[in-house]
Amino acid sequence: MSDMTLGGVVEIVDEEELARARSRKRQAIARYALPVVVLIIVLGGWHLLVTVNEIPHYILPGPDRVFSALVENWASLIDSWWVTITITFLALSLAISVGVGLAVLFNLSKWVELSFFPYAVVLQVTPIVAIAPLIFIYADRTVGLLICAWIVAFFPILSNTVMGLNSSDHNLRDLFQVYGASRWQKLRFLEGPSALPYFLSGLRIAGGLSLIGAVVAEFVAGTGGIGSGLAFRILEASYRLQVPKMFAALFLIIVTGIAIYLLTSFLSHMLLRKWHESAVRREG
Amino acid sequence: MADGSPASAAPVAEDHSARERILSMGGVDKVFGRDVVALRDMNLDVREGDFISLLGPSGCGKSTALRLIADLIHPTKGSIRWDIPRAPGDLSVVLQEPTLMPWATVADNVWLPFRLQGKSRASVQNGIDEALAMVGLDEFQGAYPRELSGGMKMRVSIARAMVTRPRLILMDEPFAALDEITRFKLNNDLLALKDRINSTVIFVTHSVFESVFLSDRIVVMAARPGRVIRELGVDEPYPRTEEFRTSAEYAAHCRGASGALKDAIGAGQ
Repeated sequence: MSDMTLGGVVEIVDEEELARARSRKRQAIARYALPVVVLIIVLGGWHLLVTVNEIPHYILPGPDRVFSALVENWASLIDSWWVTITITFLALSLAISVGVGLAVLFNLSKWVELSFFPYAVVLQVTPIVAIAPLIFIYADRTVGLLICAWIVAFFPILSNTVMGLNSSDHNLRDLFQVYGASRWQKLRFLEGPSALPYFLSGLRIAGGLSLIGAVVAEFVAGTGGIGSGLAFRILEASYRLQVPKMFAALFLIIVTGIAIYLLTSFLSHMLLRKWHESAVRREG
Repeated sequence: MADGSPASAAPVAEDHSARERILSMGGVDKVFGRDVVALRDMNLDVREGDFISLLGPSGCGKSTALRLIADLIHPTKGSIRWDIPRAPGDLSVVLQEPTLMPWATVADNVWLPFRLQGKSRASVQNGIDEALAMVGLDEFQGAYPRELSGGMKMRVSIARAMVTRPRLILMDEPFAALDEITRFKLNNDLLALKDRINSTVIFVTHSVFESVFLSDRIVVMAARPGRVIRELGVDEPYPRTEEFRTSAEYAAHCRGASGALKDAIGAGQ
């Protein structure tokens, strides 16, 4: 076709274009370098603050003490970390299956949507810390944690997927009808793919929320021992005034949160990079 | 092309009414809401091989007529009847937007009508190759729609409409959003394609020049209420080439159609 330029490798000579290329390169480096620089400054400042003011470590430990607390308590922390991770991911999987399942059900039947969507909103607007104590009366500890984390995580997936399923192009819907598509085919080939970007952005929110839900619920659940997550380690350490250990547990929670965010972002990028504007632009 | 029907194999100059009727609209009314009459008493016989243009100002019900034929909406009164047994893939549409699935490659988009019939990609790959070759895009099977220009997207849309070799193709102002050079080129190609797959076309447009160049029947419509006010024949032989655009006959037909359209606009005021 003549109406598409198949650009070969062309040497740039235009001054403006050169400047633009340089600025792009600088930005690409800055994207990773700047956060690292900020981190170093914050850690250095923190260290300085503690040493210059001679703040006792049971009030504010320096980063070095937090690190050694992490190493010393590694055995107990890693067990708890694993518990928190397990609950987070179980809750997230549950949120995905129930959220997407309900969204599909709502999409198939307007009546079901009209009947149940308000109650999904009720679940969403009730603060989890207010329901959690009740949940722990009726469910055992692990199941209770799971329910709490699920309640927090599932709504963004439900509402985004519902919106995505309803947002398919109306011309394409007409086309599918002309070609005699069944209800299932419409869902599979048209509404599903249309909903994918919405679902993935819901997933990114839900990933973080399921971790928050798992941690918050454990604060409410309190009692621990074997099978306790990181939140319980923080509580326990605070009772014993082991402030460095509190920071160490907090550090692990933050690492988990970042990992979930990166994971869901990567998944989203991989699934959308070929066709969706949001992902396509990032490559350029 | 219907088997064993000698009439349909005859050249275009053959008597029109001798060709097999494939669809008829009888006294069709369509009312939207409580009292918006989008279409009043429309009658239309569509015969094998026709290239019918529905020409008129906006609001004359030409798109409504197309949507009625596509069975996307149903008549308030009157009937729309297929006079031939209709198989899946016998009807296809091309809309003003290319209406491609952005998440699917060009080839997968063209596969869609077959896919919805439950046919695997491999079993219809030859058809897809051929349809894309007809519109000159066989090199772009693996491309995504966002990588194509507007004209190329429309070509994919046309390939998708032709891949099942439908007996009737409905086109709703498919080239209205394209630049004139691209539009002329696609007009030429469309005629060649229609001829090649022996299809019948109903084409909605608001361009006199486009309707005269493409069709052998022009149905002129007026607005408020939407209705047919005139039918003109363009008895010029196919294939029509670029030379036809500059011929005296073309100019004469355009004058005639313009006059009819002027009447239609006057009638709608």
